[in-house]
Amino acid sequence: MAQVELKQVRKTYPNGAEAIFGVDMKIDDGELIVFVGPSGCGKSTLLRMVAGLESVTSGEILIGDRLINDVSPSERDVAMVFQNYALYPHMSVRGNMSYGLKNRKMPADEIERRIVDAAKMLKIDQFLDRQPNQLSGGQRQRVAMGRAIVRNPQVFLFDEPLSNLDAKLRVQMRIEIKRLQRRMNVTSIYVTHDQTEAMTLADRLAVINEGQVEQMGAPMELYSNPRTLFVASFIGAPQINLIPVSFDGTHLVNGDLKLAGFSDLPQGTELVLGVRPDVLRVDAGGQFGMNVDLVEQHGGENLIYGSLGGTTTDAGEPLEICLKAAQAMLPAIDDQLTLGFDPDTAFIFRKDTGERLK
Amino acid sequence: MDRTPISTHIILIIGAVFMTLPVWVAFATSTHAPETILREGLQFWPGGHFFETYNEVLFVEGGVMKKVTAMTMLKNSMILGIGFAIGKVIISMLAAYAIVYFRFRLGVPLFWIIFMTLLLPLEVRIIPSYEVVANMGLLDTHTGLIIPLIASATGTFFFRQFFKSVPDELLEAARLDGATAWGFFIDILVPLSKTMIAAILIIMFVVGWNQYLWPLIMTTQEDNYTLVIGIKQIYQVLNEGGELPQFQKAFALTILATLPPVLVVLIFQKWFVKGLVESEK
Repeated sequence: MAQVELKQVRKTYPNGAEAIFGVDMKIDDGELIVFVGPSGCGKSTLLRMVAGLESVTSGEILIGDRLINDVSPSERDVAMVFQNYALYPHMSVRGNMSYGLKNRKMPADEIERRIVDAAKMLKIDQFLDRQPNQLSGGQRQRVAMGRAIVRNPQVFLFDEPLSNLDAKLRVQMRIEIKRLQRRMNVTSIYVTHDQTEAMTLADRLAVINEGQVEQMGAPMELYSNPRTLFVASFIGAPQINLIPVSFDGTHLVNGDLKLAGFSDLPQGTELVLGVRPDVLRVDAGGQFGMNVDLVEQHGGENLIYGSLGGTTTDAGEPLEICLKAAQAMLPAIDDQLTLGFDPDTAFIFRKDTGERLK
Repeated sequence: MDRTPISTHIILIIGAVFMTLPVWVAFATSTHAPETILREGLQFWPGGHFFETYNEVLFVEGGVMKKVTAMTMLKNSMILGIGFAIGKVIISMLAAYAIVYFRFRLGVPLFWIIFMTLLLPLEVRIIPSYEVVANMGLLDTHTGLIIPLIASATGTFFFRQFFKSVPDELLEAARLDGATAWGFFIDILVPLSKTMIAAILIIMFVVGWNQYLWPLIMTTQEDNYTLVIGIKQIYQVLNEGGELPQFQKAFALTILATLPPVLVVLIFQKWFVKGLVESEK
């Protein structure tokens, strides 16, 4: 077990394409960090640089106190779980799990002991002699995790391990990974593009956008205190309502919509107001008029979508907003709702830089 | 399901008869006495001299110098066929491994140069190859017979395509598992290529077995002859000897020469087809 530290890590591909622009990060011992971001943001590249599968153009990566920039992947003492499992198709489950240990010249009885332990922990002990193609997707993913566990590494790396599983299994495995990581207390880096997975798994998560860490922190901190427009829009499901506005000295203005209760904002620059669907509420004195056009029933709660009165987008349509409501609230299509929110719970960003102002 | 129309069967039967009839005639004729063949020509039904002919061909020494039997030639052909096939598989797997998995300068152009040699038949380089082998003192040896033939553009190409279809994650997993370059090749790639190896071994065995020109100029001693050359030699003896032409022996040799490739293909057919069509990895 060890901490992982990244110092000004950069990656430029030989063809000149830049993937990572100077990442600084410190991951504590036993912590589970999730890299989350849209596809192509560089999160997998960063993980693969820690694994040693991609070279580091500049900067330093340390595991414990050891600089590992030029250490080969097998000597970094990391184990990785791949998205498509990457099991050796011709080897049995036991063979898959023992291959890395055999290469390390570990005695056979020690290998067997570790395999049996890991297999029990993952509940795959009855499959040890099967071939990977005789296993289901979830079982294969367990084997892939088993292969990582038997190595007893200092760091676990997960590269979107659940993307190939169906939705139900994904939730189940997510919980299991979290439990396993708690129990083994091994420093872990987990890459995903799924924000629910990120929120639920992470001790801390790093939102990555265009090769840079936009913000890093505990899931709830990122949710309730995003530093940039990107983080606010990426974290949270359903997505935050974003309303383009400008400030006229007293009100936030979009078309006929005027919102009071805001002050000390720059005038003459485009702003974006962000309101989470769950801080909106029905309020006769509220400032939003909403024309309901869709209700999604999720069981315990309803998501109500509709157009925001008085506003227009560039396309000339009214803005769509979303409200998270209790199970009992079930408006009909074309009902008019009046919504309000506490200005303190809303965020205001500059549109050009994405920087948060309030 | 629709029933296959009768015309399909008729066309297939005609095709099958067309392909197998010459083989049957050769076999039937080989079981007759030389006099019958001379008097009546090719035979369509087996005669009574089966054991006599095949015994003589296999175990009695013949040829120009009267010192080679079909058994010796079978053995030589076997060595050539097997050595040729195994050599080709080893060389082309290693070449493909280097091309696909190692980044080295000129890797891609080198591959295309190898690939272009597919266009050149053996005959184009047969004189220089002979010169090299002769200078190395390898004429009339199995080594000299096999080594110059084992570089294979076809094999390299097939293995390259196969290796390219192996997911990169396997290599990455193996690297994290501490496998060396050799380790990955031996432990992962070779077992994964099993069916591919089988298919190429079979094709190459047949190609090696049927080599004619190269063994012909490479061997001068009769006891180094392969079966394919032996057939030709027998005809020469027939024409020059002034004795009764031994057509039945020539036919018997032909049948013997066809048998091993046919057996190999029949026995390994399942693997062979699997290797050529398999996409599941």
